[in-house]
Amino acid sequence: MKRVARYVIFYGALFALWTILAKLKIWPPYLFPAPWGVAEALYAGFQDHTYWVAIRVSMQRVLIGYGISVVLGMILGLGVASNKFLEETMGGLLVSLQSLPSICWWPLALLWFGLNQNAILFVVIMGSLLSVTLAMEDGRKQMPKIFSQAGRNLGAKGFKLFWYILLPASLPFIVSGLKQGWAFAWRSLITAEMLYLSLGLGQVLMMGRDLNDMSAVIAVMFLIIAIGYIVDGVVFKGMERHLQNKWGLTATS
Amino acid sequence: MSANLHQFPNPLPLPVGPIAPSRPSNPSGKIDPASVGRIVRPVPPATNKVGLNDICLSYRAQSGTRLLALDRINLQVQTGEFLCIVGPSGCGKSTLLHLVAGLHHQTSGEIRIDGKPVEGPGTDRILIFQEHGLFPWLTVRQNVEFGMKMKGIPKTERQEKTQHYLRLVHLAKFENSYIHQLSGGMRQRVAIARALATEPDVLLMDEPFAALDAQTRDLLHDELERIWADTGRTIIFVTHNVREAVRLGDRVVLLTFRPGRVKSEFLIELPRPRHLEDPAVAGTARAILDELREEINRSLEAEYREGVKPRIDPQQESELEEGSRV
Repeated sequence: MKRVARYVIFYGALFALWTILAKLKIWPPYLFPAPWGVAEALYAGFQDHTYWVAIRVSMQRVLIGYGISVVLGMILGLGVASNKFLEETMGGLLVSLQSLPSICWWPLALLWFGLNQNAILFVVIMGSLLSVTLAMEDGRKQMPKIFSQAGRNLGAKGFKLFWYILLPASLPFIVSGLKQGWAFAWRSLITAEMLYLSLGLGQVLMMGRDLNDMSAVIAVMFLIIAIGYIVDGVVFKGMERHLQNKWGLTATS
Repeated sequence: MSANLHQFPNPLPLPVGPIAPSRPSNPSGKIDPASVGRIVRPVPPATNKVGLNDICLSYRAQSGTRLLALDRINLQVQTGEFLCIVGPSGCGKSTLLHLVAGLHHQTSGEIRIDGKPVEGPGTDRILIFQEHGLFPWLTVRQNVEFGMKMKGIPKTERQEKTQHYLRLVHLAKFENSYIHQLSGGMRQRVAIARALATEPDVLLMDEPFAALDAQTRDLLHDELERIWADTGRTIIFVTHNVREAVRLGDRVVLLTFRPGRVKSEFLIELPRPRHLEDPAVAGTARAILDELREEINRSLEAEYREGVKPRIDPQQESELEEGSRV
C-alpha cells in the first residue's frame, strides 16, 4: 500500500511538472510537446496500425537475434570455461570486445550482408553475444563441481551432460547475464533500425524526427521503454522467481 | 614419474587364504571383543568385486613440488562386502573413492571391477557424496530417475523402480518435493535411493553422514545396514569416524597420513544388527583409534607446521588431472 502511494506521488509529480512546463510555453510546442500531444500521437499511431506493425517487426528481429546469441553464447562460454587455452586467449579478447558498442559493427555488417535484415541481425547478435558468453563462462565456473561429478557418475556424458546437467546447473548464475544480453540486444536493434530505414520502432522514431513531430518521437520512446520493461518484468523476473522456488534460493537482486 | 613409482618393490607378500565370512556370523547376539582380529590376508581373487592394485597418485602442489597422495594402495573387496576406510583428514581416502568412481585417474596402478580395468565413470559404481550432490533443479523423483534416464530405460519401468527405491528409503510421499525442501537426513536418503536406482554393483560412500546430527545418523546407519542386507550390494564406505566404521563394516581399513598407505586392516565379526553404543563396538573402535591416533597426530603436526590444512581436495579436479597426466 505504501509502495503504491510512493509510486503515485512520484509519477504524479513528474507528470505535473511536465504539464506545467508545457503549459508555461517556455519552449514552443514542437520542441517540447505536452503530455496530451504525446497521448494523441500514441493513439493515432496505434489507430493506423503503424505502431503495431513496427512492434511486430522489431520484436521479431530481436527475438531471432537474441535467440541466436543465447545459443551461440552458451556454446562459446562453455568452451571458454572448460578449455584452459581458450580461457587464456579468448577470455581476454571477449572482455575487451565488450567495451565496443555493437553499432560499430554496422559499416562492416552493411558490406558483408548488404542493406537488409541480416545486417541488423548481425548487429543485434554482436550486441548481446558477449554478455551471454561471459555470463555462461562465469556460470560454468561458479557452478559447484559436484553437479558435473554426480552427473558423470550417473552416466551423463557429452551432449547429455551439457543438456541435463551443465545447462540447468548454471542457470541461476547466468540469469543476470541473459538479462543484460537482452537489454543490449534491444538497444542495438533500435540503434540499427534508426540507421537503416525499414520498418521497426527505430524507423518510426526517425520518421517522427524527419517530420519534426516530437510528440511522435516521445511516443515511440515510451513504447521502447515499455517493451523493455515488460520483457524484463515478465520474462526474466518470472524466470528468476521460478529458479528461486526450485533451488530454494533467497531473492537476490 | 610413473615409471619411477613402478620401480618400488611390492612390500606386501600375497599369501592366499579365505577371509572369514562376516555375515551372519555369531547370530546368538553375544558380543565377544576377542572376535576382532587383525587380518593380513588378501581375499582370493575369484570372489573379488573391486581390486585396487598398487594404486599411486601424485599431484603438483602449489609450490611446484610433487606430492605423493596415495602410495601403493592394495585392497581387494569381496562381492557383498561392507568395507570401511578410515584415516585422518588429508590421507586421500575420499580421493581413493573418486578414483574407483572413475572421476579421476591414478598416476599408476590399476583398479579392476570384476576383473575389468576401470577407464572412466560407470553406472556399475555410484558415488554418494558428503554434500549429497543431488540436483536442486529436479524433484526428488526426477533425481532418483536420473541415472536410469541416462541409461535410456523406458519411462514406465523408470517410474516403477523410482517408486520402489523411494519406498525403500521411506520417502515415497516426497517424490514431488524439491531438494531444498528436505532435511539433511532426507536428502542423504534421496542420494542413496538415487544411487541404488541405477542398480550399481558397488556403492561408494564418501563420508555420507558426516554432516548430519547424531539421531539422524543413527537412523541412517540402521537403514543403510538393512538396505545392504536386502540388496546384497558391495559397499566401500569412507569415514573419519572410527566408531561408525566399526558399526557398519565387515572390515575396516586404516590409511596413514600423507602419503596414504594401508596401515592395517581389521576384520569386524560382531553380530548384526549392531549399535553405535554397543560396548563391543566401542571397544573395537578404541583399539583401532589407538592406531589411528598416531596418524592424526602426524596430520595435526603438519597442520601446525604448514599453517594450512594439507588436505587433498577431490574438488581440485584440474590439479589432480594435471597430476595424473604426467
